[in-house]
Amino acid sequence: MTATLDRTAAPGATKAPGSARVRGPKSPGLGLGLAVLYLSLIVLFPLAAVAWRGVEGGPQAFWSAVTTPDSWAALKLTLGASALVAIINVVMGTVIAWVLVRDRFWGKGVVDALIDLPFALPTIVAGLVLLALYGVTSPLHVNLAYTRAGVVVALLFVTLPFVVRTVQPVLQELDRDMEQAAYSLGAGPGLTFRRIILPNLVPAMVSGAGLAFTRAIAEFGSTVLLSGNLPFQTQVAAVNIFGRIEGDDTASAAAVSTALLVVSFLVLVVLDLLQRWGSRRG
Amino acid sequence: MAKWILRLVALAYLLFLLILPIGLIGWRTFADGLAPVIESLTSEEALHAMRVTVEVAIWAVVLNTVFGVGAAILLVRREFPGKRLLNALIDLPLAVSPVVVGLALILAYGKYSTVGGWLETAGIQVIFSVPGMVLATVFVSLPLVVRAIVPVLEQMGDDQEQAARTLGAGGWATFRRITVPGIRGALGYGIVLCLARALGEYGAVAVVSGKIVGETQTLTLFVEERYLNYEVLTAFAAASLLALVAVATLLITRVLRPKEGN
Amino acid sequence: MAIEVRDVSKSFGSTPVLKDVSVDITSGSLTALLGPSGGGKSTLLRVIAGLETPDAGTVTISGVDATRLSPQRRNVGFVFQHYAAFKHMSVFRNVAFGLEIRKRPKAEIRKRVDELLQLVHLEQFRDRYPAQLSGGQRQRMALARALAVEPEVLLLDEPFGALDAQVRKELRTWLRRLHDEVHVTTVFVTHDQEEAMDVSDSIVVLADGQVQQAGTPQQLYDEPASPFVMSFLGPVTRLDGRLVRPHDIDIATSPEPGTVEATVNRIVHLGFEVRVELQARSAAEDPEDVWVQVTRGTAEGLRLRTGDTVHLRAIPSALSLTV
Repeated sequence: MTATLDRTAAPGATKAPGSARVRGPKSPGLGLGLAVLYLSLIVLFPLAAVAWRGVEGGPQAFWSAVTTPDSWAALKLTLGASALVAIINVVMGTVIAWVLVRDRFWGKGVVDALIDLPFALPTIVAGLVLLALYGVTSPLHVNLAYTRAGVVVALLFVTLPFVVRTVQPVLQELDRDMEQAAYSLGAGPGLTFRRIILPNLVPAMVSGAGLAFTRAIAEFGSTVLLSGNLPFQTQVAAVNIFGRIEGDDTASAAAVSTALLVVSFLVLVVLDLLQRWGSRRG
Repeated sequence: MAKWILRLVALAYLLFLLILPIGLIGWRTFADGLAPVIESLTSEEALHAMRVTVEVAIWAVVLNTVFGVGAAILLVRREFPGKRLLNALIDLPLAVSPVVVGLALILAYGKYSTVGGWLETAGIQVIFSVPGMVLATVFVSLPLVVRAIVPVLEQMGDDQEQAARTLGAGGWATFRRITVPGIRGALGYGIVLCLARALGEYGAVAVVSGKIVGETQTLTLFVEERYLNYEVLTAFAAASLLALVAVATLLITRVLRPKEGN
Repeated sequence: MAIEVRDVSKSFGSTPVLKDVSVDITSGSLTALLGPSGGGKSTLLRVIAGLETPDAGTVTISGVDATRLSPQRRNVGFVFQHYAAFKHMSVFRNVAFGLEIRKRPKAEIRKRVDELLQLVHLEQFRDRYPAQLSGGQRQRMALARALAVEPEVLLLDEPFGALDAQVRKELRTWLRRLHDEVHVTTVFVTHDQEEAMDVSDSIVVLADGQVQQAGTPQQLYDEPASPFVMSFLGPVTRLDGRLVRPHDIDIATSPEPGTVEATVNRIVHLGFEVRVELQARSAAEDPEDVWVQVTRGTAEGLRLRTGDTVHLRAIPSALSLTV
């Protein structure tokens, strides 16, 4: 996602020069108008409606809606759990990527394919699946239903692919000569990993973690069944918003939504800036 | 030694997070054979939910495919001010919570909104009916087709299209006979991703559909409703069906995914 | 005239690529647009094809003002530098494409394509795909594809640029012969003067977005309009402050009126030709490096050795330009 918005030039302002016959091969014309209209009707206008509804009562109303005890608790839990999930993903995602790139074992292809499953699986199914193994009837006798640990597990499930899939290609492209050069200069495997491999992986790890974090704070479906939606305990922000919509309190739902949107965008903007900064450093 | 530990840690993590839970659902579903599964999936409500799901998904895929191809061509082949903004806006839906998507559509097109009021007078109900569910599904799956096509279109270049023009092909003939065959694989990849996302969307649809059983209930909503009504086997059966769709998606996209350096 | 380009200008952003370019291409001719890269020759070719729209000026093809016509209405054949083969179509379908677009009857298409494939020696490859062809074969397929629609003019953008030296030479001869058979007005872009001289019957030299000179290869070689054209069309060296062809310099062992003293620095034997590198010391100028091209016989007759002092003079008939 490109975060710097070029506001001086609205896309709708361009006009196709000339008639259809001489239409230059590079003029966007009617297509651009339709694309912008489509995006506006489906994405921009509705999101603007949320932001508007969220702040129309003034900053005080907005703030008091966001800091209503249950919403505030839900936001805190969401951000905390998402941060924890991002950190676990950095470690486990990198380990999995490493094993998938550097290790060889029977069935590796299948494991590699399975990584994408959380993206393809409907979130409600993900929740149900986890509840079957970690719920009241758990065959492992691990009951995480209606606990914060359950929320974290659900978020770990749906965010699994992010770090793996950002680190994996970098690891694949990594020049093995570099490591061999380090070994030849007397560095051991641990030192080589810390000083040579890790610095090359960090940008991908950060960007994967950032994406996992934004996905986690937005997550709804997988936590619905597993968390039990206990306010102040296991209710995440999206579920809190859902409850307010069901209660016809769209104003405060919009306020909490706006807070959530702002956090997501900030994370994405920071990621974009980091990426640019990184690519400038080469 | 380190190699074995890493392998063990990675595989154990995947086993407990991914493989065991999904395997358990499959095992629970089919523990008593196929008959009860078929029976629970052929109830009137289940069949209706499947029809609604497919209807909504087809609409979303068609709309996003037309938009996706058009937007990808704009982004790759045309120059215009504000191109970076358009590019960023297309990715925006990925950063929005499904629940917020639903709320946004209610606020924009619900009957208490200005636009929703006009539509209501015109006899069109968007929220709590299929159009709203289509909008929600289109929203969440909007970037998938565009993002699948853009890199392939870039890599293909416009040489072949220009050659077709000099040979007398018009814009449409060039698109149909040169551009589309060139992006066919990527287009298929994007459509499958979009279809899978559309069939499995839960949160946004849960908000805008009103979850009316037998009317606006999709398969994902059916899973939830049956589970909460203690019809665990039926919920598991429907969940397994959706999981099968997900696995099929993975297999198909593995085949279709544009390979590097191709 | 098959093509008349009048006062065409074109800029990309703020960079002017063509400045007031006017070119006439005679019907049935084989013309080379020759110049250094970045000189605007490819852009001129694309303007003629309609792939770029000029900012100012007109393009007339066979008497019709084509400036505002889209490429598909100009009836030009264009061969792209990297062939632009339709990857998803067989050789046959590639060549048939223009005819299919024109909705010609199937039987006619088959007949015409088979003729063309024979012409370009690809008849046994008709069911292959571009990926299964060599570079030279793909180039010939692209040519057949462009010729299939019986274009008014055939335009080729660096047609041999991406091929290795051996295949290049072969295709050059082959293109010349093809042109003699088909007689379609042909314009090709090249940065290789040898290629332009070898193949074309007229050359337009383009540099810095402007036409430097146009004429037959002979004219351009013998009567270059500027030092630039002279140095681009063949080897040159400087003697006594003037630009001279290295084969137009006489080497004498004793001083004569009008000769310049020089020391032999190096003698390079290139088979039949011998290249003598010297340092000349004329009265007016600082010492300058000169090279002279002589035959092996001449070199042996002079018994040249490195370090010898000799005397240089341009032969009376030599072309020379003041720099």
